[in-house]
Amino acid sequence: MSEHETILSLDDLSVRLPRGADRAHALSGVSLDIASDEILCVVGESGSGKSMMANAIMRLLPNEVTIDGGRVMFEGRDLCKASIAEMREVRGAGIAMIFQEPMTALNPLRTIGDQIAEMFSIHTELSKAEIGAKVLALLADVRIPDPKLAAKAYPHELSGGQRQRAMIAMALALDPKLLIADEPTTALDVTTQAQILKLIRDLQQRRRTAVMFITHDFGVVAEIADRVVVMQHGVIVEHGTASDVLHHPQHAYTKQLIAAVPPLNAPPPRALASDNILTITDVSKTYRTGGFLGRGARVTAAVKNVSLNLPRGATLGIVGESGSGKSTLARCIVRLIDPDTGSIVLDGSDWAKMPREEVRRETRHIQMVFQDPFASLNPRRKAAELVAQGPIVHGTPRAKAIADARELFALVGLDPSAGDRYPHEFSGGQRQRIGLARALALNPDVLVADEPVSALDVSVQAQVLKLLAELRTRLGLSIVFITHDLRVAAQICDLVAVMKDGEVVEHGRAAEVFGNPQHPYTRALLDSIPGGEFAREHDTTAV
Amino acid sequence: MRILSLAGRRLAASIPTLVLILIGVFLLLQFAPGDTVDAMMAQMGGGDAATAKELRKFYGLDLSIPAQLGNYLWRLVRLDLGFSSIYGKPVASVILERLPPTILLMTASLSFAFFFGLVFGVIAARGVNRWPDTLISTLGLIFYATPSFWFGLMAIVVFSVYLQWLPPGGFEDIGTVRTGIWRALDIASHLVLPTLTLGLIFLAIYLRIMRASMLEVLNLDYVRTARAKGLDETRVVTRHVLRNALLPMVTLIGLQAGTMLGGSVVVESVFSLPGLGRLAYESVVQRDLNTLLGIVFVSALLVITVNFVVDLIYARLDPRITAEG
Amino acid sequence: MDAVKRYFRSPAAVAGLILLLIVIAMAISAGWFYPRDPLALAGRPLVWPFSNPRFLLGTDNSGRDIAAQIFYGARISLLIGGVATAIAILIGILVGAFAGYYGGWVDNVLMRITEAFQTLPNFVLLLVLVAVFGSTLTTVTIAVGVVSWPAPARLTRAEFLSLRNREFVQAGRTLGMRNIQLIFGEILPNALPPVIVYASVVMAVAILLESALAFLRLSDPNVASWGNLIGLGRDVLRVQWYVSAIPGIAILVTVLAVSLVGQGLNDALNPRLKGR
Repeated sequence: MSEHETILSLDDLSVRLPRGADRAHALSGVSLDIASDEILCVVGESGSGKSMMANAIMRLLPNEVTIDGGRVMFEGRDLCKASIAEMREVRGAGIAMIFQEPMTALNPLRTIGDQIAEMFSIHTELSKAEIGAKVLALLADVRIPDPKLAAKAYPHELSGGQRQRAMIAMALALDPKLLIADEPTTALDVTTQAQILKLIRDLQQRRRTAVMFITHDFGVVAEIADRVVVMQHGVIVEHGTASDVLHHPQHAYTKQLIAAVPPLNAPPPRALASDNILTITDVSKTYRTGGFLGRGARVTAAVKNVSLNLPRGATLGIVGESGSGKSTLARCIVRLIDPDTGSIVLDGSDWAKMPREEVRRETRHIQMVFQDPFASLNPRRKAAELVAQGPIVHGTPRAKAIADARELFALVGLDPSAGDRYPHEFSGGQRQRIGLARALALNPDVLVADEPVSALDVSVQAQVLKLLAELRTRLGLSIVFITHDLRVAAQICDLVAVMKDGEVVEHGRAAEVFGNPQHPYTRALLDSIPGGEFAREHDTTAV
Repeated sequence: MRILSLAGRRLAASIPTLVLILIGVFLLLQFAPGDTVDAMMAQMGGGDAATAKELRKFYGLDLSIPAQLGNYLWRLVRLDLGFSSIYGKPVASVILERLPPTILLMTASLSFAFFFGLVFGVIAARGVNRWPDTLISTLGLIFYATPSFWFGLMAIVVFSVYLQWLPPGGFEDIGTVRTGIWRALDIASHLVLPTLTLGLIFLAIYLRIMRASMLEVLNLDYVRTARAKGLDETRVVTRHVLRNALLPMVTLIGLQAGTMLGGSVVVESVFSLPGLGRLAYESVVQRDLNTLLGIVFVSALLVITVNFVVDLIYARLDPRITAEG
Repeated sequence: MDAVKRYFRSPAAVAGLILLLIVIAMAISAGWFYPRDPLALAGRPLVWPFSNPRFLLGTDNSGRDIAAQIFYGARISLLIGGVATAIAILIGILVGAFAGYYGGWVDNVLMRITEAFQTLPNFVLLLVLVAVFGSTLTTVTIAVGVVSWPAPARLTRAEFLSLRNREFVQAGRTLGMRNIQLIFGEILPNALPPVIVYASVVMAVAILLESALAFLRLSDPNVASWGNLIGLGRDVLRVQWYVSAIPGIAILVTVLAVSLVGQGLNDALNPRLKGR
């Protein structure tokens, strides 16, 4: 590191949380250095204090959260002791920041160009014309198609990837010494993520900016990091070069995190039954939005002529990015949405054409697990009640249903006595188990799981996937598994269908689709997996 | 252009609302004890049944209710609001005479409430939970709880009876003839107390909503972005918070236009202003149902107009509106 | 339980509750302190407050005890405020729930009606209703309730719109629940807290509406209402301003108490938004 100068160094930094928080310090005794010309990845799960560190460096901590020890040395001075006015000069010009969600991080009422131009009007004396030219140059630099148009656009008129590019252009406007990127690709689709990661890497190399990249994803780390810092509960537990940490992790927590990263190679294929429990034929769903008296209505084909089969006892993965129609398809299968055309045959009866009242009565054959463990449980009902609701609706006496629910708790790995608690008293992973128990309470033949693990931390993700795999053999479940994450799909699915713009572009055995992709889109998806090589070579069984 | 067509569409959508109101109120008034002819007879000091019958026939009151409703709506299309037997002239001209004071009063109160609500809301939010906030929020609560007519009466006692600074009522001084600027000043001095009285509760509402929405916007991600850019707090507020925080307040103006017009009934009665609100009160007391129905029509039109303007302003402030089409 | 604790931690909320309890106590004890008809002649007219121990708050233009009218007026204000609020909230919840849950033409029709009610100035509608149905205590109460439901309906609808596509509602549907079960069993309990809090606003407005009506002498003249008394005091405003001033303060205090309690409830039920 001797040939590079240190840009920022944290020295024994501690950040105090307000009374009543789950711990006293968000950060305790954090020390690290970032040199120019390197990307330092800060890795940790939610609550590890990694974002708090970024905000502490910028002195943008929420009220009542205070720095109570240590130093933040930047350009020879301690930012902890800098005045507000001095801090304002550092922000934007010396250290710039980009955030996770570019939609909310940009002011919705002002144009992109206007918001980038503001950087120059705050920190420089440039004329309007000069600023305008610089804005266009920046937008071109982050490779936004048609910079002139983009500068005049409002945030809602751009795509997620373009918005994040605009954020990056804004952050790099004044050639800051350090760029802090707080989970900048987490909210993006995998192909967009790959492009943004590449952009950050390119710009970093061209401009020699130091980058502090905060992420929870070891795939991203493998893709972009020069050095890595691993954080847990506000403490740095391990640091080192990227290859050292990835291949020879020392700390138990690092090992656990790396082990939880799903490897891309599929487990050995299972034998599939010859008969299909679910047959989807030519299902389509079209939405009409907006328009007044039929004028100017936009027609979106969310699902176009999809045909798929689910063999009894198998798991069918439906993989796609946001807007691919995978969730609409899932909701058509359980009839939360009525498909326009096509048939969905479950055990001989066509779900797509069944009247609503019959669907309501027969719904126990096909159940759903939802994505968001916080939104999918009614916050005003106790856990046991939530699980017992289904059987009660279908005529089981209440007392028996509650007793059964407690048994199900044991099945999904929860303490049966937890049934008297409300959802907010459970962690995300536990809630997802409740959701699973609720679906299983009706003894369904088919389980439709809509992104069941994407809202969970990686280590919890692995546990829930393992539970799902156990249950499907034990209960003989057939599963439709919706996910945007190919690594997750590779773990659990026997069959995989790849969706793009409402159509299935490729489907087949998981090992074949991942090992020998035929469609260019599938290949692009696979290539976009962050740290793809790392994911392929690393093996969970090692730990 | 897009903005105009959008607001225009909203305007077109309010026509069924207007028709709904007219039909509803027309039918409602059929339940009223006594009709226009009864009111006229009372005005004339009584009369025999034959005259009444003749009058009813003349005004079309002997027809079936649907036929009367049809007649009424058809006359409305031709902007004929009927005849007021109490005032002895067409309802349209009675209302037209009474409209200016009400519009003046509403505009003044709205401006007063909006401006001070905005300023106090911003001050309170900037010093949240410190003394300026506590003071402003407490005053806001008290203003909100103050009955406007009572505040008006007390203001008359203080400013007109004891201090004798301002006139206790009326629209202008009818004792002396004034013209031009002097007349305007005279009207203005007559409107100070009514404006304060009517605006007080809206001031309280606006400052509360402005404070809440400022606090909400101050917590949003893009405000953090603005701070991370190195903007100072004043510019964070003026450039990134204010316009966004104004949106709920602008919506509220539209929603409460009706409430404000309703408030003017009371305030105009307190200050003896010859406006639409007082006319509404008088026509209820005198059972002048034709005029009452005309007032319902005109006030609904007024509210729709205010909402049209609010839509235009909102679309100017928020580019997302026009995108949704 | 946490909510109760949070409520009592706010001095403003506690002050509001105490004020409200005092008003309620006045309403209950009116007959005990002043067993005679409050509208009956009690003594010399226009006795200033605190000048005669028999009439602590003085007498009005017709020689009736102001203090007695204030006590009995609390009954009327709370009664009309409470019942009208219940009517408005009930209609509002039903309209808002069905409009928000079903969407489509149901929503369209219900919202057109709501819009019609909001486009017509509420006080003007109140005047029309009173003109048609007369000004007895019952008709005035119902009329105030009927003009006050659009705002709670919109609020309930907004809550339903945001809740109806929540995953827990979809989960309920995949479990086979009926629409009515989903509306009243799953969504409504989650939509209720803001509506309950809003009830305090409705009640405050209802009390103000009734008093304004009474002030214009369009409310029931046969009951002791604060608004009636203010209207009466208007005739002697220039000198005996206290006849109007005293009942006005009673209204102010009551409405303030209701608002403070509502705000306290809001902060207690939504701890995330505390201090806003």
